[in-house]
Amino acid sequence: MQTRHATVLALIAAAGLVVGCATGPTPADLDKQALAMIQASFRDQGIAKVDRLKQDLGQAACSSADAPPEAVAKQIEAEALATMRWPQGGQYIGDWREGEKLAQNGRGMTWTDATADTKANGAQCYNCHQVSKAEISFGTIGPSLYNYGKIRGVKDVADPASAAIVQYTWGKLWNSKAYAACSNMPRFGHAQLLSEQQIRDVMALLLDPKSPVNQ
Amino acid sequence: MRLIAFGLAAAAALAGAGHAAAEKSAADGIAEYRKMLEDGNPAELFEAKGEDLWKTPRGPKKVSLQQCNLGLGPGVVKGAWVQMPRWFADTGRVQDLESRLLTCMESLQGFNAAEIAKTGFDKGEQATLAALAAWISGESKGRKLALPQAHAEERRFYELGKRAFFFRGGPMDFSCASCHGEEGKRIRLQDLPKLTQNPGDGIGFAAWPAYRVSSGEMWSMQRRLNDCYRQQRFPYPGFASDVTIALGVYMGVNAVGAASIAPALKR
Repeated sequence: MQTRHATVLALIAAAGLVVGCATGPTPADLDKQALAMIQASFRDQGIAKVDRLKQDLGQAACSSADAPPEAVAKQIEAEALATMRWPQGGQYIGDWREGEKLAQNGRGMTWTDATADTKANGAQCYNCHQVSKAEISFGTIGPSLYNYGKIRGVKDVADPASAAIVQYTWGKLWNSKAYAACSNMPRFGHAQLLSEQQIRDVMALLLDPKSPVNQ
Repeated sequence: MRLIAFGLAAAAALAGAGHAAAEKSAADGIAEYRKMLEDGNPAELFEAKGEDLWKTPRGPKKVSLQQCNLGLGPGVVKGAWVQMPRWFADTGRVQDLESRLLTCMESLQGFNAAEIAKTGFDKGEQATLAALAAWISGESKGRKLALPQAHAEERRFYELGKRAFFFRGGPMDFSCASCHGEEGKRIRLQDLPKLTQNPGDGIGFAAWPAYRVSSGEMWSMQRRLNDCYRQQRFPYPGFASDVTIALGVYMGVNAVGAASIAPALKR
């Protein structure tokens, strides 16, 4: 009985091998091979080291044409929300003029940049979004942010009625994945791309009724 | 001189495009610019240099590249570009044009391929590669991309390339798909082709190598990918590394049927 079982199992295994040979590597094999290939293909250059290829949960789960399973997406969003850092002293709003400069600036974090310090980084906004009306050179990967605060009824950023949208906007800038697991938007606070003060200035650009965004 | 005159006229045309036109798309202005330069794409200078480099005995062995096999037999250049990357039995590897040229420069001419791969773009024999790529791609101008997928390794590389295309990483969570996964998107005014499908004649994979007006340089596909990864905030991809070749297979096979305009002219 034991032997017959073993023989049957061996036959099944052999059949599996034959099928395996005929159809090539499985998707799981290819996943592994692709990761090994990527690890072997890159090297450090300046501030861009190979540790940038180490994926966290969200990066790994959002690395295919298909969205991750609902439960995984929820986990990514929950973790992002749990690690959110709200601004010190509840100070959400800075200077929209500085915010506009940051929005225009698409620099930072490449291997040709000298430092990863937040001072050297832009907020990249216009690369992907319409922001103010005056700047016609804007990208379309993200939605238009023109009239962002106005559309959402923000007449006074300090008014408690504005608190929910002010907080959400901070969260979106700090870690966009808290609200959409596979968002295309960088995690400006979480990934230390921008300082708290820089994010305050971008907040002002989006929400201050005096900002050109809301005219 | 003629090039400079054309350049100035084209720049004026672009500047004169005005608000509404610029908002619609920069592509129209660039298309107009391309039209004006049709008889004088600076890439032609690189093509002429590349043809000369192909035929001249060079390297430690003082041999030309005329016996180099780009996939269609020793010395066959016409039509070779639109079938690359492809499997090569002698090296047992899937190779793109640049990695194949490295093989030929080493085996026929006695150059050190690893040394050339480590050399910076436009320096030493890397400048040779850029000129060769310009000429060789130009010998397939107007032909449709026809990358083979008959060999198991070619199919495996397509699958690896697809995974590399969607691989997210780095401080900004970008993958190739962040910019090239949807139709009709732009970065600033730059149109972004969707590369998970055939984006059309002379777009995406069918438009490289190209002369870049903004930098005054001839860029091979390897260099195009290198700068994509720089802007993705990734570490540095090795020249002719497997990830770059696999991406070439993925984009090239997706674009099968698209006519190649290489060497093209880019902003």
